[in-house]
Amino acid sequence: MLDKLNEIEKSALESLAAITDQAALDAWRVSMLGRSSELMQVFAGLGKLSKEEKPVVGTEANRVKVALESALAERAEAIKNAALAKSLEEEKLDVTLPGRSVNIGRLHPSTQQLRHVLDILAEMGFQVYTSREVETDEYNFQLLNFPPDHPARDMQDTMYIEAGDRGDNPILLRTQTSPGQIRAMREFAETNPNDPPPIRIASPGMCFRHEQITARSEIQFNQVEGLAVGKNITFADLKGTIADFVRRMFGEGARLRFRASYFPFTEPSAEVDVECFVCGGKGCQVCKNSGWLEILGCGMVHPVVLQNGGYDPKIYSGFAWGMGPERQLMLRNKINDIRYFWGNDVRFLEQF
Amino acid sequence: MKIPLSWLKDFIDLNSLTAEEIARKLTLAGLEVDEILYVGLPMPETAAQGMHSSTKHEFKTNGIAWDREKIVVAEIREVKAHPNADKLTLLDVFDGKQDQEVLTGAPNIFHLKGTGKLEKPIKVAYAKEGSVLYDGHADGQVLMTLKRAKIRGVDSYSMVCSEKELGITDESDGIIILDDDAPVGMPLADYIGDAVLDISILPNMARNASIIGIARELAALTGRKLMKPAIEFKTSGASVADSVEIEITNSELNPRFVAGLIRNVEIKPSPYQIQRRLKLAGIRAINNIVDATNYAMLELGEPLHAFDYDVLKERAGKNKIKISTRTAKDGEKLTTLDGVERKLTSTNVLVCDEKGSLSLAGVMGGSESEVYDASKEVLDAKGIETKPGEMPQGKITSRGKSTVNILLEGAAWNFINIRRTAKQHNLPSEASFRFSRGVHPSLAEQGVKRGLQYMAAWAGGAVAPDLVDAYPLKPKDSVVDVTSQDVKRLLGIDLTLQQIAELLTHLEFKCEIKGDKLQVTAPDHRMDIDEGVVGLADVLEEVARSYGYDNIPTTSMADALPPQVGNPVHEWEEHLRDLLVAVGLQEIVTYRMTSPEREARLVGSGLASDHVRIANPIAPERSVLRRSLLTSVLEIAEKNARAESIALFEVGSVFEPNGNDLPFEPHKLAIVMTGARLASAWDVKDAPNFDFFDMKGRLELLLSGLRLTDISYTAAESTPYLHPGKAAEVKVNGKVVGVFGELHPLAKEKFEFGDSPIIVAEFDLDLLRKLNPTYGIKAVPETPPIYEDIAVIVDASVEAAAVEALIRQTGGKTVTNVRLFDVYVDEKIGAGKKSLAYSLTYQSDKTMTDAEAAAIRNKIVKRLEQTVGAKLRS
Ligand SMILES: [Zn+2]
Repeated sequence: MLDKLNEIEKSALESLAAITDQAALDAWRVSMLGRSSELMQVFAGLGKLSKEEKPVVGTEANRVKVALESALAERAEAIKNAALAKSLEEEKLDVTLPGRSVNIGRLHPSTQQLRHVLDILAEMGFQVYTSREVETDEYNFQLLNFPPDHPARDMQDTMYIEAGDRGDNPILLRTQTSPGQIRAMREFAETNPNDPPPIRIASPGMCFRHEQITARSEIQFNQVEGLAVGKNITFADLKGTIADFVRRMFGEGARLRFRASYFPFTEPSAEVDVECFVCGGKGCQVCKNSGWLEILGCGMVHPVVLQNGGYDPKIYSGFAWGMGPERQLMLRNKINDIRYFWGNDVRFLEQF
Repeated sequence: MKIPLSWLKDFIDLNSLTAEEIARKLTLAGLEVDEILYVGLPMPETAAQGMHSSTKHEFKTNGIAWDREKIVVAEIREVKAHPNADKLTLLDVFDGKQDQEVLTGAPNIFHLKGTGKLEKPIKVAYAKEGSVLYDGHADGQVLMTLKRAKIRGVDSYSMVCSEKELGITDESDGIIILDDDAPVGMPLADYIGDAVLDISILPNMARNASIIGIARELAALTGRKLMKPAIEFKTSGASVADSVEIEITNSELNPRFVAGLIRNVEIKPSPYQIQRRLKLAGIRAINNIVDATNYAMLELGEPLHAFDYDVLKERAGKNKIKISTRTAKDGEKLTTLDGVERKLTSTNVLVCDEKGSLSLAGVMGGSESEVYDASKEVLDAKGIETKPGEMPQGKITSRGKSTVNILLEGAAWNFINIRRTAKQHNLPSEASFRFSRGVHPSLAEQGVKRGLQYMAAWAGGAVAPDLVDAYPLKPKDSVVDVTSQDVKRLLGIDLTLQQIAELLTHLEFKCEIKGDKLQVTAPDHRMDIDEGVVGLADVLEEVARSYGYDNIPTTSMADALPPQVGNPVHEWEEHLRDLLVAVGLQEIVTYRMTSPEREARLVGSGLASDHVRIANPIAPERSVLRRSLLTSVLEIAEKNARAESIALFEVGSVFEPNGNDLPFEPHKLAIVMTGARLASAWDVKDAPNFDFFDMKGRLELLLSGLRLTDISYTAAESTPYLHPGKAAEVKVNGKVVGVFGELHPLAKEKFEFGDSPIIVAEFDLDLLRKLNPTYGIKAVPETPPIYEDIAVIVDASVEAAAVEALIRQTGGKTVTNVRLFDVYVDEKIGAGKKSLAYSLTYQSDKTMTDAEAAAIRNKIVKRLEQTVGAKLRS
């Protein structure tokens, strides 16, 4: 009997060694360790053995069973590892194939830039004030200290609206967001006409000019205007506020300079140049070799404008500045054709 | 305005300042220099390297430097004939050291050919071998180096130069003939080398449209002294007042009129130095009289007008000349000196004598009384001699006799009136440029005197004593009180009254300290300084500019931060944009201007007359403001039709007429989707196209993102541009806020689109925004849910929304979600029937049993059977 057990063990281990897949392994387990296997027959026949043989054969049969089971486990592990190694070997991607894309949405670049500007201004305490796009001559020009036929009107070619004869107050497409200055000041002043509250607002919006549409000029463009009015606001504060804004907008090291200029609704007025961020001031095509980029116009609110807004210029002062998000984008991204913005070619929009 | 530095130096010492430094100072003070043109003077090193320079030069730079060794003043001593060439002359030129033979084809020397030794040598600009010049024969400006050559058998290695070769003008038709006192042998650069600053004059700086204006600014910016010219000349004969009188009929339009008289002038070319400066300033040299008026104008800023005195005398019938100024009669005519007969209106101001009109005041003279030079054979309208074969422009003058006596006008006009007149007749000129921006009446007298001085100096003649001067409306001198506190309050700097006075005195303000105030009186060349609180701002601007913006400190506002108030409309629209982007839509921004025809492609022509119309459109296709935002978005989709997938939206205003008042500007949202639903990839092909439900799914997400509930969708069969069977209205709280669906095939046909259906949506944002969000956040249940699917067979006409509503109603609170997961149509379930399969979620506060769920389910099925004749599908 013991010989038979040895025989079972030997032939079972031999056949196990030849097995390389899970199915054969399962079949082997059934035939070697299953109920009807020879080994199990030995266990079943134990009762028929003599008192002396029984423990000897029983012990030996158990030993063979444990040996086969552990060989099985070992073999199963080896087969699993071999299969894993094989599949890892086989499942090799061409990682250079393109990824699967997702159609995503985006904001128009102008909206992105407007938000960037307005976010900075909001943190500086300037809150968004929006007003209408079609305006009267009175709000767009006269109340802003552009009298009819004033030479300053030559600076802004205007598109007018057909609206019968309205004398010297025709309807027009606003040429600047500045009419919002008057509307805002009047709204604020109305809340307490005897002691109007201070103001800090940012007016974003579309403005319009009567121009030919070329790579350099457009009939519509966004503008953001900042306005601060209060009892102790100085030109030095204007410089400080602009410097803060420019640092946030163009970076820590951005150098800037103030050049005297003229706008009817501010006095003194200035144009602000920032050191060219393309060439670092060395001179390049973007800055036309000057090393400076003109980025905004500003000034102290003209006393006539304060008065028209309901703020006594003897007590109040303020400053305003205006800038163009599309121009900022063009400078920043070396875009040399302004027509891209309202052309809305998705191949342009997708790049933002 | 073009300012030659040599001319500027007559008024201010610019020693040790380079052209670039001067340009920088002026630019920072508001006189922006657009370009520096070098005409002989050495250029900054970096600029000379031109395009290849790697270091910066701050200003656009152009021009040429003249080599001091090689280009010098010389004199022609002898004019010989060329042995082998008829058209060339051979000159003997002395350059201060030696004589050279020089060949020239210059037409303005040719008449001396073969003269031999000249009695009086001719001074010329002489360039030796190796000089770098512009090529006189090339188009445009091409640099060349003068090389030794043999021309028709004669050695040539130097030349006498034209203005083109030296970069003074583009005139190459003759050589420069210098003034007789030109020092032979002197480097030409030292004699007439120059640099020209091209300066933009802002509308409030008309006072600086003159040499003295720029010099005055530089004096203030550098602390140097302004050297005012001495206006001196001898007078003789009878007073001008004996023969001329002036009457002004409207002093508002003509505050001052001054006239002077000079007798017995000889019309001839001006000295070369004068011609050169005029040319560098951009004005043609014509003759000494016309040049004198232009030269004095550029110097002082007062436009002058010269009349032929004898013509006036003739018209007056030898009586006293009576000049008057008045407005024109409507329809009155005047032939201006450009030869154009102009029809006038009652707003135009005329200078007249008793016989009629003489000139369009402040804008352009009349042809009849203009200064005439009989020595020129053919003069064009502007008095410029025309070349043979060239058609003169305008009327050709032919009065036979040159002007000998001149009445010189200097006047002051109303700037708004001049601006209107110059625009009306399309006559921009040096005179109207200045007068339409404001010229102070005090300059009229200075200008006339300066003009007479130059005429006497360049044309001989005798200036008559006195001036006739009608000055009915003297402007009030602006007086402004300034305190140190004002300067602190508005500029943020601490200045004493003395310091303020010093800054302003440089600009010729009169300053007087009175206690704690500085009384400031504006100088008599300025029209831009007001009084009171506006005057204070005007004066403080001058303080700031003189002090230097760069020297003003940078501070933070000390003023309290105002109460912070939000802008809910703006914030809501930005949130809306974010939601639209989150569902995969690309934002676009389009033109507000369109045309009724363009919008008619979508909405038909019915609305065409109901647009806000632009009175002066830039083009017919941009003649009105848009009413249909969707058309704008469709046009962009059409432009991008080659893209495989298009999903665009725009948020913006449209414009609705409101009689003659400001139009309404409602805000709208428009969405267009077409093309592939999924982005294609190497293993994703033939993705299905966007359809109605792609749009609807996005709108559902959008509305839930806006926290809106009570949303319903009903078929919209009557939106003309939508497919009648594939369109829906969106209602919130029972109110229609938008419409969406597939573009009607007939509307689609009008655009150039591919096969994919065009899915569009349009919302009224003002309505949408005003709806109150009702959506609250629910607690997330902790008990396990029970999921169950049921499928019912109903008539095809039964709307899914009705079935779902019944399920929800019957199921009550316990049925927390109902999701349609399949719609099935087949013969097997019966003709005209459809199967709707729903996945239900049962959930309550405590753990539910299957039996409890089954009870609810049975109730639902029963209800569906009774209400819509549904059958449970097994
Ligand atoms: Zn640069």
